[in-house]
Amino acid sequence: MYRYDEYDQSIVDARVDEFRDQVRRRLAGEITEDQFKPLRLMNGLYLQLHAYMLRVAVPYGTLDSRQMRMLAHVARTYDRGYGHFTTRQNIQYNWIRLDQAPDILAELATVEMHAIQTSGNCIRNISSDQYAGAAADEVADPRPWAELIRQWSTFHPEFTYLPRKFKIAVIAAEEDRAAMRLHDIGIRLTRRDGVLGATVFVGGGMGRTPMIAHEIRDFVTADDLMSYLEACLRVYNRYGRRDNIYKARIKILLHEIGPDEYRRQVEEEFAKVKALGIDPPAAELARITAMFAPPAFDPAAAGDVADRSDPDFAVWLDQNVRAHRQPGYAIVNISLKPVGGIPGDASADQIDVMADLAQRYGFDELRVTHAQNIVLPHVRIADLKAVWSALVDAGLAEANLDLISDIIACPGLDYCSLANARSIPLAQKIGERFADPARQRDLGELKLKISGCINACGHHHAGHIGILGVDRKGTENFQLLLGGSGAEDVSLGRITGPGFDEDGVVDAIERVTDKYLEVRETGERFVDTYRRVGMTPFKEAIYG
Amino acid sequence: MAEEAAYLHFRDDSPHEEPAVTLDSFLADQSNATAVRVEPGDEARALIPHLDRLALIEVSFPSFRDGRGYSTARILREAGYRGELRAEGDVLVDQIPLMRRCGFDSFAPAAPIDAAVLQRSLARYPQPYQKAADGAVPVWKLRHG
Repeated sequence: MYRYDEYDQSIVDARVDEFRDQVRRRLAGEITEDQFKPLRLMNGLYLQLHAYMLRVAVPYGTLDSRQMRMLAHVARTYDRGYGHFTTRQNIQYNWIRLDQAPDILAELATVEMHAIQTSGNCIRNISSDQYAGAAADEVADPRPWAELIRQWSTFHPEFTYLPRKFKIAVIAAEEDRAAMRLHDIGIRLTRRDGVLGATVFVGGGMGRTPMIAHEIRDFVTADDLMSYLEACLRVYNRYGRRDNIYKARIKILLHEIGPDEYRRQVEEEFAKVKALGIDPPAAELARITAMFAPPAFDPAAAGDVADRSDPDFAVWLDQNVRAHRQPGYAIVNISLKPVGGIPGDASADQIDVMADLAQRYGFDELRVTHAQNIVLPHVRIADLKAVWSALVDAGLAEANLDLISDIIACPGLDYCSLANARSIPLAQKIGERFADPARQRDLGELKLKISGCINACGHHHAGHIGILGVDRKGTENFQLLLGGSGAEDVSLGRITGPGFDEDGVVDAIERVTDKYLEVRETGERFVDTYRRVGMTPFKEAIYG
Repeated sequence: MAEEAAYLHFRDDSPHEEPAVTLDSFLADQSNATAVRVEPGDEARALIPHLDRLALIEVSFPSFRDGRGYSTARILREAGYRGELRAEGDVLVDQIPLMRRCGFDSFAPAAPIDAAVLQRSLARYPQPYQKAADGAVPVWKLRHG
């Protein structure tokens, strides 16, 4: 885990002081709401339908038990006793008072946390693979590179008033668990002739015009990475569109000038920027990397679960536990998707339970996933039963990872001032319709994602099944999409046809899954079948 | 003292008073001018051959949300421009520290700036994470020398 030194701490402390001053000036009427808005947004504070929402950064989704307990404390003290984990691997609180926001930031700063750049037209929290440091298929731990980028992008003086928000993801495996190519910049670490470097993809994103990022540079070494990113951002800052908020993301710039022309401009800029000496020395990446050294695994740890006699435990093992690269250890996924629950929500007590488990059984580490679940990345196989029992007691043992009820959903019209439709009640209805665990397991991997408006915070374009809530003449209407993926087989979903009301879309999903069961071939996931047979059979099943 | 607040100057010389000509005019037929005004969409690099003859480059911020001028400033400083670099228009107090880092050393904000707030803002951050145009030593340099 990364640990702040005096420099990191002083910057975060200064930010608390700065934000306190900004809030004071706003409350005193010295600045207008229009002027305050970009300042509070740069600190993750949104004005929603009922209250302020505060989004706290969890850099690359990694945190320890002390930080996790602080998140529980904030939920208890300043909110209504719960928090909502987001698709950006952050957490947000929906019932915050403006005058208390500086105090929350001050408390967070005591555990090396903040809300810097969790909103606004700037470089946002860097996201990464939730299995980093535990997965067998990674070429290196991507998080030191993500931390290097975090520091470079924090209060970057040139890139704080970009045309639009800017999201960067860093992964280091062929399997993409972070939707890397749906980011403004996606980075995949790779080795060439023994040297670690980055393949850089630019111009992905969801929103109303979803696009998959183009490969812009096949290999950049760590020595050049900051200069290269600075060039990528400078071209965007200068030439990205500012006349229309819906065309302001970098994906539109790439679409309009083409990836080749963008690449040419970046290379030209890079040649100039590289001469400025803005790249940190290799010693800085080495310093950070040392903090992500593997924990002290027990080489004698047993490799198998001794007792699978409890059928519920066995199902959870098969569904939520993944292989670790260290013999005798496993990766535990804690589902925040109980049937009838709100996807990504956890109570303060549940957050504390997860912190306790991480401390006792997991080398003090937790991860937030973009699918709005929590991961304990390093658990001894011999401890899995004890972890599971504690999760059962806390209502956190839902065995549905990557199944149809493991739904990604935005907060929707229950909270968000941008939304057209309510995502949460729909997610609950779908969960209830498919509540039978055996039925879910029979359907297999099926990623269902719901957005309550076209901004696509719920990643509906990347769902094997996606749902988009729209406003149709004053009533909530849901469009159904099929065939998207945010993984290494990245693709964008297609709309099936006319939309539905809330019950109608649940029925339509059931017709789609029934059709899948009817036509699938051995070993095919839903999305594989869709790719083989195309839209037509599903369309007939839905509208027939 | 509203007049005093209209200019903020971080240079040893006094603010350049000659009215700035537009970039287009300068390039077309007013190349004797010593002050040029650059709009957000202008190609600042067109000035690079002329930088040693200019005393003032005024970068316009029609809206505080339009961040193109930050890149303009850095490009001009990176090209070696040493003269007065002024941010003019919708410039807010919380933006001035970032603008200073990009190389601006003069400000003509449309609305007056609270001097006490500005002073606190400029003094607040002990060091930056990244190297920019202002000569501040970045954290990685402090860590590794």
